Amino acid sequence: MDVLYFAWVREAVGKGSENVAPPADVTTVTELLDWLARDSVPHATAFADRTRLRAAIDQQFVPLDALLAGAREVAIFPPVTGG
Amino acid sequence: MIRVGVQSEPIDVAAALAAVEGDGAGAVATFTGLVRADDGVAVLELEHYPGMTEAALEAVAREATDRFALTAATIIHRVGAMRPGERIVLVATAAPHRSAALDACAYLIDRLKTDAPFWKRETRADAARWVEARGTDDAAAERWR
Repeated sequence: MDVLYFAWVREAVGKGSENVAPPADVTTVTELLDWLARDSVPHATAFADRTRLRAAIDQQFVPLDALLAGAREVAIFPPVTGG
Repeated sequence: MIRVGVQSEPIDVAAALAAVEGDGAGAVATFTGLVRADDGVAVLELEHYPGMTEAALEAVAREATDRFALTAATIIHRVGAMRPGERIVLVATAAPHRSAALDACAYLIDRLKTDAPFWKRETRADAARWVEARGTDDAAAERWR
């Protein structure tokens, strides 16, 4: 799946997107964050405070405990501040 | 008629208004958001999520059109770097009568604060920081639910 990052999350991770293949036991957005953070200091730093993170699956806003369920594109970002 | 746009070019208000007038509208309401000049911001940058942004704007415009029986709705949002005084966003709504146009305009600006994937980054003298979301924006969007 493609994982996209925006705003300060993008800066903290150090890239705007990556293609990853998490194991089958990674079933939610939170578990995906845990898995990405396990071996990477930038990811761990970016994902340290989950209250500051929001997510979208296939371009729909979802809560962090949402199931990945065949997601093609997962985006991780701060709360939005447009308008 | 629904029209949404995400663009790096300046927003042309006259062109946007021309697009919502007609089709039986007796009233057109507009909201224009500008980069504030009064708190030391030199540059404001807007980042967005290409693809999702356009879909999100289209979705809130469609909801507003159904809810307020609009004849037309337009949302145009700038992205990229801009300076104080420049337009960030334009919302224009058209309806047979003024109350629907005015209410829909307020509805749209509240909803797009919380429902569209944009992020603001402010640069002052020498420091840049990402703008934190405000609880008051959530509350403003919530009152329409």
